[in-house]
Amino acid sequence: MSDAKVQIKNLYKIFGRHPARVLPLVKKGLSKPDLLDQHNHVLGLQDVSLDIPEKKIQVVMGLSGSGKSTLIRHINRLIEPTDGQILIDGQDVLGMNDADLREVRRRKTSMVFQKFGLLPHRKVKENVGYGLEIQGVADGEIATRAQHWIDRVGLTGYEDHYPGQLSGGMQQRVGLARALATDSEILLMDEAFSALDPLIRYDMQSILLELQEELHKTIIFITHDLDEALRLGDNIAILRDGAMVQKGTAQDIVLKPADDYIADFTKDINRGRVIRLDALAAGTAPSDAPVLEGKAVLEDALPAFVQAPAQVIGVKMPGGGVGQVTLAQVVEALRGDH
Amino acid sequence: MEFLTEFPALGRKTLSGLKRGVDEAFKGFSRTYGEALENFFDPLLQFLIWFEKLLLATPWPIILLVIGGLSWAGSRSWKITTGAVVAFIVIGIFDMWEDTMATLAIISVATFLCIAVGIPIGILMARSNRMQSLITPVLDVMQTIPSFVYLIPVVMLLGIGKVPGLLAVCIYAIPPIVRLTNLGIRLVDADVLEAADAFGASPRQKLMGVQVPLALPNIFAGINQTIMMALSMVVIASMIGVKGLGVPVLRAISNQYLALGLMNGLAIVALAIIFDRVSQSYGKRLQAHRHGGHR
Repeated sequence: MSDAKVQIKNLYKIFGRHPARVLPLVKKGLSKPDLLDQHNHVLGLQDVSLDIPEKKIQVVMGLSGSGKSTLIRHINRLIEPTDGQILIDGQDVLGMNDADLREVRRRKTSMVFQKFGLLPHRKVKENVGYGLEIQGVADGEIATRAQHWIDRVGLTGYEDHYPGQLSGGMQQRVGLARALATDSEILLMDEAFSALDPLIRYDMQSILLELQEELHKTIIFITHDLDEALRLGDNIAILRDGAMVQKGTAQDIVLKPADDYIADFTKDINRGRVIRLDALAAGTAPSDAPVLEGKAVLEDALPAFVQAPAQVIGVKMPGGGVGQVTLAQVVEALRGDH
Repeated sequence: MEFLTEFPALGRKTLSGLKRGVDEAFKGFSRTYGEALENFFDPLLQFLIWFEKLLLATPWPIILLVIGGLSWAGSRSWKITTGAVVAFIVIGIFDMWEDTMATLAIISVATFLCIAVGIPIGILMARSNRMQSLITPVLDVMQTIPSFVYLIPVVMLLGIGKVPGLLAVCIYAIPPIVRLTNLGIRLVDADVLEAADAFGASPRQKLMGVQVPLALPNIFAGINQTIMMALSMVVIASMIGVKGLGVPVLRAISNQYLALGLMNGLAIVALAIIFDRVSQSYGKRLQAHRHGGHR
């Protein structure tokens, strides 16, 4: 647990006139529809706990209304919780005064928004340098650092454009560059790519993964798109109606869905690109079998099966040793339960 | 029956006593504080006199150059610049130069005063709903109460002259800038403000870096309205001793001089159009980001 960068503990958020008054009822198990019917309050988050590991991408997934955007706004306290605790590097965010909180927002976290949230009256370079300007960095340094990130997200040549002159995908590159420019360790991405069309979204995901290879930020990524979640997330948490339904890696979610709701969700995804060999490996492989990396996904391993004697391959296990996977296992895993 | 046909008003005695009471109280107030108030406004008076003298003492070609220069700086349009200069030449030819300069002086000072006071009040209103609900009715009264009514206490306090005239103009002209500053700031996109919050902007950084710049189009519409309303008060201000184009208009009304009234009235209109066009096109130019692009 000590490697958790951000810890969310038993977080509750109730929207309405007297959240504190109805909180005990919710804790006793009053359901969301009943709360709305009987007390006219909306349950936003219900007993959500999540440890977000350092330098990984934590995806929080859920459909609209599941509370995922509410959750991410609690981390930098854009929304005040009704009850619970949030720790960043072990520091209690909720106990902070305004000045300390601003300092956290300036140095530790930065955010990318679904609707970009760019400043329309400022040029691209001024938008990218905004966080640095807020920190009080000198103009010359702002210019150099902003230019660096403009180049990194592929917007070279657009420094003097206004956001309104750019396409959605390019605007979000500005948003990403603005968030990266402050060098904060935590990146909060609230449905950052959801407003973009599929091809551009895929490009942006690639850019993010590429940057993460070298930057190793702690990224909290909100999405409603399972493909996006599976592609980006080292860990995935699924919210429904404000409650945490399942936490785990992409494989856990696909192979061991916590309930029918999630199983339904994962039904149509390409399992071959999610499930890794080490999830299936067991025993010891015959010595003549070709050996693959444990983190290879099934789709990439299929050609090796074709060539392997008896359609069995060896898999390097995380703890050392070589396990075996048979083609029959792979087929079974790809088919799923249905 | 009489009770229903005649409204049961207060008796005449009670009423006249009430009115006298209010009058006496105010007279007492103005006797005690009138001088202090006059002293308070003295720097303003001195500035107004100095500015008017400056305009009158400057040779007219230089004034024309300055007018042309300011119009160009504001609008970047040859049409508007030429129009402004030609209008002033015509005003000069019809011998209204001095009155126009006096009017220009009071309008400029009044506008400046309204901006200096009005924008902060507008910002205050935008930041708190309570302030907004307190100030809005005051603005409503200021805009709807007949100007003559508030001229009475102003004159009682400060007598007749430039400063009371200036105050009367400001009372009438300040509401639009306050209202539109408030509106402009309240209309700033919540998503953009959230982004500023997320990056740790302090309230001051949000105000100066996000809210005011994004409210500028509305603030400029307010300044424009304020100028127009100040100009429309010129004639009334001249009733309490403000020199300028209003004086001949007033004389024309009381003596039925049609041509005199028309000439000076049209000079006021010319000033209004020039101020309007220049300030509007300047406001538009401030928003380079709204031109072109994908929206």
